[in-house]
Amino acid sequence: MRILIIEDDQEAAAYLIKALKEAGHVADHAADGETGYAMASGADYDVLVVDRMLPRRDGLSVVEELKREGNPAPVLILSALGQVDDRVQGLRAGGDDYLPKPYSFAELLARVEALGRRNRPADAETTFRVGDLELDRLAHAATRAGQPIALQPREFRLLEYLMKHAGQVVTRTMLLENVWDYHFDPQTNVIDVHISRLRAKIDKGFDRPLLHTIRGAGYTIRDDAR
Amino acid sequence: MTTLGKLVRTTAFKLSLVYLVAFALFAGFLVFYIGHNTQRMMAQQINETIEAEVKGLGEQYSQGGIRRLVDVVDRRARQPGASLYLITDFSGDVIAGNVKNLKGRMPRDPDVPIQVVRYERNAGDGEPQEAAVRVFVLPGGFHILIGRDISEGERFREVIESALRITIAVVGVLAVLSWLFVGRRVLSRIDAVSDTGRRIMEGDLSRRLHVTGSGDEIDRLAENVNAMLERIELLMQGLKDVSDNIAHDLKTPLTRLRNRVEGALREEPSVEGYREALEATIEESDQLIRTFNALLKIARVEAGSPDQVLERVDASEIAAEVAELYEPLAEDEGVKFMSEICDTVPVEASRELIAQAISNLVDNALKYGRPQPKEGEKGPQFAITLRVFCEGGDVVLSVADNGPGISLSDHERVLRRFVRLEESRTAPGSGLGLSLVQAVANLHRGKLELADNDPGLIARLRLPKAQ
Repeated sequence: MRILIIEDDQEAAAYLIKALKEAGHVADHAADGETGYAMASGADYDVLVVDRMLPRRDGLSVVEELKREGNPAPVLILSALGQVDDRVQGLRAGGDDYLPKPYSFAELLARVEALGRRNRPADAETTFRVGDLELDRLAHAATRAGQPIALQPREFRLLEYLMKHAGQVVTRTMLLENVWDYHFDPQTNVIDVHISRLRAKIDKGFDRPLLHTIRGAGYTIRDDAR
Repeated sequence: MTTLGKLVRTTAFKLSLVYLVAFALFAGFLVFYIGHNTQRMMAQQINETIEAEVKGLGEQYSQGGIRRLVDVVDRRARQPGASLYLITDFSGDVIAGNVKNLKGRMPRDPDVPIQVVRYERNAGDGEPQEAAVRVFVLPGGFHILIGRDISEGERFREVIESALRITIAVVGVLAVLSWLFVGRRVLSRIDAVSDTGRRIMEGDLSRRLHVTGSGDEIDRLAENVNAMLERIELLMQGLKDVSDNIAHDLKTPLTRLRNRVEGALREEPSVEGYREALEATIEESDQLIRTFNALLKIARVEAGSPDQVLERVDASEIAAEVAELYEPLAEDEGVKFMSEICDTVPVEASRELIAQAISNLVDNALKYGRPQPKEGEKGPQFAITLRVFCEGGDVVLSVADNGPGISLSDHERVLRRFVRLEESRTAPGSGLGLSLVQAVANLHRGKLELADNDPGLIARLRLPKAQ
């Protein structure tokens, strides 16, 4: 993916570019709002990573302007302000996701990748498939190798989110935000238990596990045989 | 500014002035109206009396001639409060009557109806008086004068006029008095308010305006200003607490973090050792960030105006969602997790904050609520109950465990930031969970109560039910 990072902290930007390149992406850097706006308008990026507070031009106004012009690139807003209302402000300005600083690179990478694939029409698909696992979004039913899997409503949403981002890493925070709609961090790791419940339902009794834990990052659902 | 200058500038002064003018005008009008009408009535009465006398005396004369007329006049003139009588012959010599000294000549023209003359009575004290008189001529050249004293009316007018002057003077004095009283009182109270305000600005935030208890507008103002000061002081205190907490409780883990890195550098260089140290450093800094976020969140919630974030939500639904989030974890840890949640109860709340508050309470119960069986005994099963019910006008969200509980003396202490009880120091946590729940309770105009569950702890988040 081609990613533009608009961030005034040189060190943070250099680290991001290096790490994103290691993860197989192409990353450009703009150090202020005006340059960032010009670069984003002039080229076709898959994802924009925009810091909220920038010299010369505020990050939110850059995002607003780009969205008004119909720029299709999804935007991840970075901010030192992490409260719910700041988040709402960021999303209202046209951001597609919001990540408070300080963040772990794993979290940022997972979110950037999740955003980048959004350009695919996943939302319109009614059936998700990973290996022999199938999820029918209309019938609210899941099967593995033709066997029906009984899922609680929340488990269904969890599986749906994981399969929508099949092959990508999703973090615990992303799951909390998207499946539970919570923007706080429960102190005990409750998500892990939900995942292991789900894993028991979809992977138990099958040779090839589909739901994997990615250490230090989160989870992913993928068919390793492919 | 002089006291008088200040007094003149008060609203009380302006009001007093308006009232003074209005009352004076009204009193003047009243007195004038009464006086004028009374005088007119008296004049009319005099005229009528004179006419009647003229008619009566005319009849006497036609019946008994001048002799009889003189007799009647003599008799009438001696009665108390008598009219004035004077009879002269054709040459002008007085024949009978009680008028001694008519100032000027006796009016002789009978065609003039009633005229005012000055005269002295026969029995008078020599003071000239005024009278309304009428003259008519009898056959034989006799002139007869009949009149009524009108000095009584004059005296009445004087009485009315002096009443007017006294009234205006009294109104004026009263206005000045009320202005002085009200103005001074209001001024002194406002001065007291300014005084207190200045002291507060000088840094004494604990001072409050004096409330007299009369419930008047200045009292209400003072009460509101006091409530405002209360809030400001609370916020200032919160800010101070946060900075104190940051200084103390964030420096400790920072020191630990620094020591660990320093220690790793001092040791024999090894990839394995460095990796371990770096991983530990990341973990420690993540914990620091979590603590920092929690602190900031508490501060934000405490400073927040409730109206900004609150919307109508269903407390039961929020609680049920949190229960659903924690159930699998509780089951894995061998906890009997029960939820008794009543039907829909609307509250004005932030879903996010209420969810986080319940989640913190459940989290605490899971961490610290496990029963501690005595040596060799099998303790009761660890049970946590999440309840939502209505009590009076409140919605109560309660989380109860059957563990060691918290001794009564510590109930208040554990709500403070960073307070962790000795028994739980080894468990993970920042000591901020209950502080946040309390801040959330306050934001929603509710409260957090801790009670003994015998055994165990019961935490109740009490919120006002939405109308």
